Amino acid sequence: MDYTNLRRQIISMKKSLFDQGYLDEQFNQLEELQDDSSPNFVDEVVALFFKDSSRLLTNIEQALEKYPQDFYRLDSLVYQFKGSGSSIGALRMKNECSMFKAHCNDRDLEGYRTLDDSSSIPASHSLLEQLHLIPWLTQMPPVTPEDKEGACHSEAEAGDIFSCKHKHQIKGPVST
Amino acid sequence: MAVVATETPFHVLAVDDSLPDRKLIERLLKTSSFQVTTVDSGSKALQFLGIHDDDASTVSVHAHQLDVAVNLIITDYCMPGMTGYDLLKKIKESSSLRDIPVVIMSSENIPSRINRCLEEGADEFFLKPVRLSDMSKLKPHILKSRCRDHYQQEQQHQQSDSNSNDCSNPTNKSSSDSTGKRKAEDNGEILPQKNRPRHS
Repeated sequence: MDYTNLRRQIISMKKSLFDQGYLDEQFNQLEELQDDSSPNFVDEVVALFFKDSSRLLTNIEQALEKYPQDFYRLDSLVYQFKGSGSSIGALRMKNECSMFKAHCNDRDLEGYRTLDDSSSIPASHSLLEQLHLIPWLTQMPPVTPEDKEGACHSEAEAGDIFSCKHKHQIKGPVST
Repeated sequence: MAVVATETPFHVLAVDDSLPDRKLIERLLKTSSFQVTTVDSGSKALQFLGIHDDDASTVSVHAHQLDVAVNLIITDYCMPGMTGYDLLKKIKESSSLRDIPVVIMSSENIPSRINRCLEEGADEFFLKPVRLSDMSKLKPHILKSRCRDHYQQEQQHQQSDSNSNDCSNPTNKSSSDSTGKRKAEDNGEILPQKNRPRHS
């Protein structure tokens, strides 16, 4: 299996997350903290972030559905969400949370009545799901000559790994 | 036979209700060669430190008192129930814990909040997300407090020497030594003359 193409795609995706402002340098800080003594650190923190954020999103959604709205609770939940995102470098999500909090302060949540796809916080959050792929960069074995021989896709005809119809056995990173 | 003093890592108690933040602060501290214990609330922190809310102002004598020295406490400010500020106050009210340096972390840069914490006795305030470079600010506070302890010990040692002629072992000092570290002293861990400061 030739991982070159997959590796390239993940690197490109990661660069795009930075270029579009979804990630900031805090994410680099996480990568710097990963080493031989803690080889899955980034993956573990990202996993904890999603565990935390799914809980918070559920609570936020429930709080939004209540009438009259408990702005205090909403503010507190979004504050936690923002803090969590900030720790992993989720810049865009952090900013969306700040805007949401400003609306809470103004007691005006018309734009955020329901958390459907068009709302910004879940949108900027779900894009971060791509973060699960980044730790694979360190987990993938180096490209060997044997890999090139048995390659499913040659570099020339390399297609999108996600739409490949062959079942590739890819050993992913360990998540907590 | 020369005995080489083994350098025991400093032990930091980290308090944060957020799961990813706890993971991050633990990693930051371990990377900086600290021994780390993490808890998710102020009340659990107090439990770990061996005091209970109700008798925080007295020297506690519990069977399960602090067995491992805690050299520094780093806590998040905004936590449900007991905030980092409340925890700071309880620590400063406790005669057994008040000398342990306390660092507050917060994601909000609010000067009045920062001042309030510093006035209450916090040694440092970190803005979140905490970075590796912040870790180097911790050791000076630990060493400063140990110097203070050493000086106090010396003072008391000299006094007791002049009062009575017995060369009392400093490890058997009375509760006037007011840190939470006394138990660990029996292992020679804390006595400054045997324990050289760690170099980062």
